[in-house]
Amino acid sequence: MDPFIFFSLLQDGITTGAIYLLLAIGLLIVFSVTRVIFVPQGDLLAFGTLTAAGLQAGRLPGTLWLLDALAALALAHSLFQGRRAALRGLLCWGAYPLVVTLLARGLAPLMLPAASILLTLAIVTPLGPLIWRFAFRPVADASVLALLILAMALHFVLVGLGLVFFGPEEASAPTLSDASVAIGNLSVSGQSLWVLGCCALLVILLRWFFGATIHGKALRAAASDRLGARLCGIDTAETGALAFGLAAFIAALAGVLIGALTPLSYDAGFEIGLKGFVAAIIGGLASFPVAAAGAILVGVLESVGSFWASAYRDVIVFTLLIPVLVWLSLRTGTAEDRA
Amino acid sequence: MTQGRHLLAVVVAVLAIVAVPGLLPAFYVTLFGYVGLAALVALGLVLLTGISGQTSFGQASFVGLAAYATTLLTKFADMPSVVGLLAGLAVTGLTAWLLGLITARLSGHFLALVSVAWGLSFFSLFGTLPWLHGFNGIGNIPPMGLGGLMAESRRIDLAVIIAAVALLMVMSANLLDSRMGRAIRTLNGARLMGESVGIDTVRLSRTVFVIAALYAGLSGFLFAHFQRFISPTPFSLGASIDYLFMVIIGGAEWLWGAPLGAAIVVVLRDQFNDWVPRLTGQAGNYEALVFAIVVIVLLQRAPEGLLALFARAPRRPPRRPPPSSEAAKIAPPAVAAAPVRVTQPGPELLALDCISRRFGGLLANQDVSFAVHAGEIVALIGPNGAGKTTLFNVISGVLEPSGGRVRLFGETSSHEPTRRIAARGLARTFQHVKLLPSRSVLENVALGAHLSGRAGVLRAMLRLDRSEEASILAEARVQAARVGLDHVLERPAGDLPLGQQRVVEIARALCLRPRLLLLDEPAAGLRLAEKQNLAALLRQLRAENMGVLLVEHDMDFVMQLADRVVVMDFGQKIAEGPPERVQADPAVMEAYLGGVV
Repeated sequence: MDPFIFFSLLQDGITTGAIYLLLAIGLLIVFSVTRVIFVPQGDLLAFGTLTAAGLQAGRLPGTLWLLDALAALALAHSLFQGRRAALRGLLCWGAYPLVVTLLARGLAPLMLPAASILLTLAIVTPLGPLIWRFAFRPVADASVLALLILAMALHFVLVGLGLVFFGPEEASAPTLSDASVAIGNLSVSGQSLWVLGCCALLVILLRWFFGATIHGKALRAAASDRLGARLCGIDTAETGALAFGLAAFIAALAGVLIGALTPLSYDAGFEIGLKGFVAAIIGGLASFPVAAAGAILVGVLESVGSFWASAYRDVIVFTLLIPVLVWLSLRTGTAEDRA
Repeated sequence: MTQGRHLLAVVVAVLAIVAVPGLLPAFYVTLFGYVGLAALVALGLVLLTGISGQTSFGQASFVGLAAYATTLLTKFADMPSVVGLLAGLAVTGLTAWLLGLITARLSGHFLALVSVAWGLSFFSLFGTLPWLHGFNGIGNIPPMGLGGLMAESRRIDLAVIIAAVALLMVMSANLLDSRMGRAIRTLNGARLMGESVGIDTVRLSRTVFVIAALYAGLSGFLFAHFQRFISPTPFSLGASIDYLFMVIIGGAEWLWGAPLGAAIVVVLRDQFNDWVPRLTGQAGNYEALVFAIVVIVLLQRAPEGLLALFARAPRRPPRRPPPSSEAAKIAPPAVAAAPVRVTQPGPELLALDCISRRFGGLLANQDVSFAVHAGEIVALIGPNGAGKTTLFNVISGVLEPSGGRVRLFGETSSHEPTRRIAARGLARTFQHVKLLPSRSVLENVALGAHLSGRAGVLRAMLRLDRSEEASILAEARVQAARVGLDHVLERPAGDLPLGQQRVVEIARALCLRPRLLLLDEPAAGLRLAEKQNLAALLRQLRAENMGVLLVEHDMDFVMQLADRVVVMDFGQKIAEGPPERVQADPAVMEAYLGGVV
């Protein structure tokens, strides 16, 4: 392998690694706040790519109708919950989808990349809280296992919807930049820089959110002790919705970013999400910087692995888990009891 | 009565095995076959996931390993199918054992995620390894045969499948109703307790994992010869997820949840593949979607499975006894109680030598030294946060001391795991009660006698452990009667008042026939009469030369009972001596009353 190829593989790997890191963050937020292992996050990522691709092609994507339908259900539900809930429902699930739908109708035919991307974020992000509301909130106190199985079933629902909305073809999201930066005779693509930049920005924003805002602190409180948080007046149904909203936003953003580099089909999200899991597992053992390094490592291994033995690419990535786990099992004694 | 029921069960089973395959239309023979094959895998998952709390998204890989093994041997090497069966089981068992080396220590959702990883890896291998013929699959697999008899008809296959399901159901039920079965239940959230009665929980969770894999392997062998064609698709991650759907929908904690869930999932999928395209006019787009939505609704309506809707209600006794009869539950100990291991009076059982334990920057124990002798009750007291429970955990091997030495029965016990320390004769109870709340008091107490049995998983499955089991249960009854629990033996332990649950823990500890007993706040939650009975019991244990070390906040209880009192504050021992002297000690007064006096 000459250095040129190696460099481009490395660049690919770091870029996809940054995406995995974003997903890992989303997973950790949702899991720690609601105990849901949010498998369908990868499917939302695919929704992000394909929604942006559809808007960019001048079509109104099926995800928009999904948003409208779920929001209408939520609105109908909230109208029976008293005045305050009804008002909020009208705002969140009445006015917001209406505005987004009208904007999409107006802007989609113009096929502006920036508009497509922003609309995609506006469409996919509220799907998170809606999923929480209809799938998980009714059984929020079930066991982690039941919630995980529910998440798996939801994954099949989203994949099924993806096929109905977008068909089996692959599609690309619009690029944010076609430029490339030359360093010597090596070139760095502008899109890669966008990915890394967005990733870094998001990490900084989340840090600020969790450290300095009341909502972020409420999320942290709910994560460390749900009952305690409830006793302090924190509405854990609200924090759940917020966590799912954050995860959906992260997924949509990741989908828009990665979708410009690699075309994705409706069912491609699951494996990408799983690699986010791998990064989260590695990170869950140690600390945030280790998670970041783990995510980059997964991305680089995958990209180098696909160059050498493309058929075994996924085997290589998932086998990477084994040494980490061996280390883990040597480090801890008896597995801990559930509280 | 039971004989009649056994006979009835046998008749029903024989009818099912002969009549169902013989009389059904061909289409239903195939459908039933798939239900049975899935039920085998799901049964393993009930043991693994529902009972022992380990989630696997990789069971379809085990099915595939066995299916490919028997296919390669019977089709390409012309081996008899018995060889295919044995090879299939050997491959799955060995693979599971190796995976278990890595995963058995992992807790719940970690294992789940890792199993996703290997599920994908195996699927990818099935699809890419050239000698497995990839996604074209392998056809014309020979039928099962025994000697010269070949199962040419699917009806015979179905009979074999139903027989296999029945056999494994019975074997699994036998397993759960045994010493190992009780031990397996501790894996689900009560491992610390399991270790404290001598169970090697890591090894046991690996064993359960291998059992579940072998069930899947049997299903894979039957699958290959039933379908006569295999390709990677039925061994995908999606198939593994379906198996979990079955278990969760049926009811993960009940063996019957496996066949019920298997029937529901297989039939629903089949029906949706039939009906949904007719309704939507499109094939292939909506079936999985509709199925998944139905699964979500089922999970929301019955998150613990459909059987839970029926089974929960009658398992709790219909009425609780009136509160007045709750008093004085601990009967005064019968004088002629069971013989307990007797040591010479007076020798040192436990010696702590400058024990320290730190958690990060917090020094929970600092240079604590004292000893407990046979035939002596030592009380460990001190304000909350003084480090008493930490010290208990160090003594019982749950925590390693950061410094100092624990000498137990004359030998250094640092670095020894809890279960070895238990085997050497140290039993303990927990400050926060650790019981199997849905199991009966008798079963909970019998857990303490785990080490007095030898029978393993296989003997339990084949019902060869009955005499041993009878003696374990007899011992449990004796110890339960001794602490006054004999009238609640069959009640779920979680239904008792908290004070009574502590007494169940004491009975469980006594089942270990310990030389040294550690009791963490045994009198908390007991009524006065119950406390007096507990004190009488502890005095009797002392008379039998047992050493007792107890943490307790009830000073009246401690002072009338203890031979010696050790007082701790802020991790350090501040006083030690007979109760009267400790009560007068100025340092103790300051610790308790804040130096006002």
